[in-house]
Amino acid sequence: MQTVLILNAVASEEKKNPLAFVPVEFILSLVTFGILLFLITKFVAPKFEQTFSERATAIEGGLAAAESKQAEADAKLAELEQQLAEARHEAARIREEARAQGAQIVSEMRTQAQAEADRIVEHGKTQIEAERQQAVTALRAEVGSLATGLAGRIVGESLEDDARQSRVVERFLADLEAGVN
Amino acid sequence: MSSVIRAESFHAPGPADFDLPGFFSIGGTEITKPMIQLVLAAIIVFAFFALAIRRGTLVPGKLQFAGESAYGMVRNSIGRDIIGSHDFARFVPYLVTVFFFIFVNNIFGSVPLIAFPSFSRASMAYALAAVSWVLYNAVGIKKHGFLGYLKLQCVPAGVPVAMYPLLIPLEFFSNLLIRPVTLALRLFCNMFAGHLLLMLFATGGLYLIEHVGGIGYAAGPLAWVLAILVSFLEILVQFLQAYVFTLLNAMYLQGALADEH
Repeated sequence: MQTVLILNAVASEEKKNPLAFVPVEFILSLVTFGILLFLITKFVAPKFEQTFSERATAIEGGLAAAESKQAEADAKLAELEQQLAEARHEAARIREEARAQGAQIVSEMRTQAQAEADRIVEHGKTQIEAERQQAVTALRAEVGSLATGLAGRIVGESLEDDARQSRVVERFLADLEAGVN
Repeated sequence: MSSVIRAESFHAPGPADFDLPGFFSIGGTEITKPMIQLVLAAIIVFAFFALAIRRGTLVPGKLQFAGESAYGMVRNSIGRDIIGSHDFARFVPYLVTVFFFIFVNNIFGSVPLIAFPSFSRASMAYALAAVSWVLYNAVGIKKHGFLGYLKLQCVPAGVPVAMYPLLIPLEFFSNLLIRPVTLALRLFCNMFAGHLLLMLFATGGLYLIEHVGGIGYAAGPLAWVLAILVSFLEILVQFLQAYVFTLLNAMYLQGALADEH
């Protein structure tokens, strides 16, 4: 058995060189490779290349779109920020204005009220003075007539009698009081 | 003394083990396992890529992503980076085919039940090297004209004229004659040697256990452990050889297309 194997091996080694050219294998390898190359060239590579280029286009398009969106958003943000700053500025201005206006109004009111008060006081004073004047005038006229009446009464009665004199005065004053009443 | 006899009785795997008997024969031609593997590899490669890209959506699914990664690796890191973005596109299908055809055939060496690298049959490697040789020379002649291309490949620029008699034959030899040979032999030898090594460890381990006894019971399993480790190394080599073959193809094409040497 062993001998047979060895003999067999020696025989085949004599026959075969591993580098020997075997036409069948060479041609088969060539043909198989050729067919595979054809199939890959015709059906596989174009689809891969097409997919790659489509993807590249899609990604580039997506990037460009994203970039423009970003720019748009940035512009919008800047605009809004500017608007906000303007609004703040405006608010501050209005507040300042209102404060100034308020102060002005208060001071105006104060002046006005002062003037009114002065006017009222002045008016009162004038009225009082007028009434006093009136009273003085009326009093003066009355005092004169009263004095004249009293004098006439005194003169009409005897002016010598002290008692009578005093009675006359008493009566006059009583009359006067009654007249007043 | 007795161990010598045993060693002689051990049938070490050799080149003869790569001559597999045919499964059947067509017109007197034996159809062997590596032949079927070649066709199977072509079917696998085409089926994988065709399935992966059948929809070609912008947002890839898992299979499409895998296909795109595989295709893109050869396309970008070999094709575009070596040949340059101007010319590479028309060679991408060729490079992709070369890489994956070789890769799948090499990986067959590590696939259980198949366990035979197709390109340990030298003639199959010759074919791919021949395709490569014809292609890069054709591309160069088409671009530069026959004499222009010869000059490009054989006359190194920036070298004193006095050196020409020495350098021109050397360049001619290395760029136009040796390249396909080294291309084919590199691939063949790696696959052949790797498979031979695995066979040696596997059958040697078995022999140690079955026929040596004693220390053989320890050495045999150790050989198998080594066989497993070497298998992992082989997977790396299988990938690497496919990559190197494709990379060199791309470099030869780039050299043939170059404007200046």
